[in-house]
Amino acid sequence: MQVANYLGLVRRAEEELAEAFERVGKQHAIEIDVLHMCKLFRSWSLDHAENLKLLIDKYGEEKDDEPKDLSSAVIETRMGALGLLRNLQGLLLMASEVETCYIILNQAAQALRDKELELSCRQFGTKTHRQKSWLLTKIKHAASQTLVVAES
Amino acid sequence: MKQTRNSIENIWGERTPHIRGEWPSRIDEYYLEKPDKWVQSACLLCSNGCGIDIGVKDGRIVGVRGREVDRVNHGRLGPKGLHGWMANNSEDRLTTPLVRQNGELRPTTWDAAMNLIVNKTKDIIEKYTSNAIGIYNSGQLFLEEYYTLAVIARAGLRTPHVDGNTRLCTSTSSWALKLSFGTDGQPASYTDIDITDAMFLVGHNMASTQTVLWSRVLDRLHSANKPKLVVVDPRATYTSEYAHVHLMPKVGTNVAVLNGILNYVITKGQIDTEFISRCTIGFNELERAVAKWKPDLVEKVTGIPQNDFIEAAEIIANAPTLISTALQGVFQSMQATAAAVQINNVQLIRGMIGKPGCGVFQMNGQPTAQNTRECGANGEMPAFRNWHNKEHMKELAAIWNVEPDVIPQWQPSTHIMQQFRYAEQGSLKMMWISATNPAVSLPELSRIRKILQKEDFFVVVNDAFMTETTALADVVLPAALWGEKTGCYTNADRTVHISHKAVDPPGEARSDFDIWIDYANRMGFHDKDGLPLIKWKTPEEAFEAWKICSKGRPCDYSGLSYQKLTGGSGIQWPCNEQYPEGKAQLYTDGVFNTDFSFCEGYTCDLETGAEMPPFEYKALNPAGKAILLPCDYQPPHEEPDEKYPLWLTTGRVVYHFHTRTKTGRAEALQKAAPDMYIQISETDAKDLNIADGEIIKVESRSGSVEGPARIGGIAPGLIFIPFHYGYWDGEERFRAANELTKTSWDPVSKQPHYKHAAVRIEKVDSGAKKTLSDTKDEVVDVMKGMFENVKQKLKI
Repeated sequence: MQVANYLGLVRRAEEELAEAFERVGKQHAIEIDVLHMCKLFRSWSLDHAENLKLLIDKYGEEKDDEPKDLSSAVIETRMGALGLLRNLQGLLLMASEVETCYIILNQAAQALRDKELELSCRQFGTKTHRQKSWLLTKIKHAASQTLVVAES
Repeated sequence: MKQTRNSIENIWGERTPHIRGEWPSRIDEYYLEKPDKWVQSACLLCSNGCGIDIGVKDGRIVGVRGREVDRVNHGRLGPKGLHGWMANNSEDRLTTPLVRQNGELRPTTWDAAMNLIVNKTKDIIEKYTSNAIGIYNSGQLFLEEYYTLAVIARAGLRTPHVDGNTRLCTSTSSWALKLSFGTDGQPASYTDIDITDAMFLVGHNMASTQTVLWSRVLDRLHSANKPKLVVVDPRATYTSEYAHVHLMPKVGTNVAVLNGILNYVITKGQIDTEFISRCTIGFNELERAVAKWKPDLVEKVTGIPQNDFIEAAEIIANAPTLISTALQGVFQSMQATAAAVQINNVQLIRGMIGKPGCGVFQMNGQPTAQNTRECGANGEMPAFRNWHNKEHMKELAAIWNVEPDVIPQWQPSTHIMQQFRYAEQGSLKMMWISATNPAVSLPELSRIRKILQKEDFFVVVNDAFMTETTALADVVLPAALWGEKTGCYTNADRTVHISHKAVDPPGEARSDFDIWIDYANRMGFHDKDGLPLIKWKTPEEAFEAWKICSKGRPCDYSGLSYQKLTGGSGIQWPCNEQYPEGKAQLYTDGVFNTDFSFCEGYTCDLETGAEMPPFEYKALNPAGKAILLPCDYQPPHEEPDEKYPLWLTTGRVVYHFHTRTKTGRAEALQKAAPDMYIQISETDAKDLNIADGEIIKVESRSGSVEGPARIGGIAPGLIFIPFHYGYWDGEERFRAANELTKTSWDPVSKQPHYKHAAVRIEKVDSGAKKTLSDTKDEVVDVMKGMFENVKQKLKI
């Protein structure tokens, strides 16, 4: 039974994602839509991490530092239009990591006939997907200006 | 001189009640000299679009009268319509092109000005691509001008950065209609107001913003079978005086109020289950999302007493027919699109769309806002086509005879706040602004002025007058006004009017239509066969081209012509073979425009604005059913705190339009409302020891203004400042409301948040008065120079 492994991974990944949203939001606070959305998405991820505790009480948790490595690799202090684009892409990678964890855990939940786990994975996974959708939308809107005209 | 009524003192005129029938006519007329001739037009000073005749004597406009035959106003005109024409005759009209040389705007020839613009355009495109060029236009031009501009911008320049100032007023309207019903287009007709049983006005002070439409409502309210009226507005207004129930929610809590109404209607079982299952999708999600919004939670979040809320909800739940409307109190507030969509949801779950006496008006603000949105000058694709739909883009390309990939379709058009951000960052090198005044109307003005002043930002402005924006431009082109050119425009209930040229423009001024066609020719824009891209030379030819573009789309103009629009009333679209005299209501068969192949957009997340990818929408395909989109309440981004303890909300007064470029030049209107004021509650005035009329200072994190206090008619903790007043007429003290507003916008419609900013108030120490003159800012020097010119011209 490795559910505890993935619960540990996803909780840590949500915490890292929340922190990354905060960092990117602050770094690019002049981009007001980015600031507002990063604040909102940070609150979602923190909420998930908090609510995962109920499941961790049931299945246990294996500590996992991998999400921290991912965060260090993809979120750097970068300014300007290109920096924003790269940071948004980093957030998208991190959110994908989280979403994949919920997909994997949801498979296990169904095999275990654990409705509570299944519901949590579905709800949190949906919200993570919405974070990703916004990131992808913003990235697409910013891409051509940044790569074709902006200087940095 | 003839004046049938004093519209300054009695704004709405005499009552003409009626019982569920034809709204009686009343002809309002005002002229200074008896006209030699009357020329058919429509009023251009609010979204109502009243039929108007322009009186002309010796080649000058001398007055106006309402057109009795017109379905919109039956002869009536409001104060702005009766007086606003005087701006045309104003002595300070721009009459020659101006080009900045050595820091000063100097008169030049059209050839020199246009060649400069063309050379600059070509140079920028060569160095940076057309992604470095933005277009920002208006809600006050004519259909033919918008369509011409849209073709030039999309297939000539090929830029992804096109927006209209409709972004500031009705972008949310367009988005709400698109998200619920599949495309833009107001479902109801003004004639529904003549027979409805109830009206629900949310953030819409109709009495001030559309005075003639309000006369229509007043006549019902003075009839024996008057409709019930529910008004949601944090201020007491002319409109709320007539409300059966007036709900005054805390600023930024519209979604909480509306979710409460939806929940009430659902729990009372007052829903049309047959309509919901046949004509909508998403009801279960909506029901779940609003379930927690019981009257006690609504009270807790919005401050509306439960009894008042229930009284209002009862009216909405039980009215046999119902019309809902929304305007800036929704569109410029927190969660703008989310709230506007919940209003659609109220009508949908009650099954009250597409039926007589029912419908929703996601109201327009400006007179030709509908046309910017239809023609694509606001960045949408023409005739409500979907930029995300490759087939739609192929159709457009075929109509314009260009290759499909010429048209920017990798992203939606860039909204104006983002365009200014690109300019601030240096990646937008040129902006062409027409018939709008961002240096007064955009949020956080100190920032906007700085950007407009940037050395590497080439700004061209078409306007009829010197404004706060032209003062900062590199090229200013003198534009013809209404009455000086021919074209069509469409009001908020889809009524299309023609406005014939009555007089010549002054000096060398030209219509925007002529300016852009000249530009297209000089640029050598061509189609794929090497022929000129713009194949029309006159407005009528442009209208014929638009008929081809709009045929088969919801805004079908193919059955209209200049001839058909001349002589009688305006006519509603769609007007085509099936509906040769136009169609009063949309969606009468319960089939909406949401099909994957037909819709204007593939929906988005109301909370974040994230776009739904085409394949997901295809899987969801509502195929003609309206979409019930829920959204939970979110608190505003900025709330009052210890340092800035009050809420600021900005808005309009009945006598002025936008930044007063026209109404400020009509003596009676200017005299009726000469200056801004700061409305404050009795409680706050008492706490701060402020007397009525005393000059006070309001400060936010963005800037400050000073003005006289007006006490009362507003909730404690809230202040109101009308946004019309800037600096063109020589005022040197900071007074534009947008000095205070924040750079912030709705995630879906990208409409700026003008309705909430945290501020504080101080009594003014006369020695410390802050004016433009003593502010160390190079922008101010330019503004001061402009004031001097204006003062000389106006002999102030």
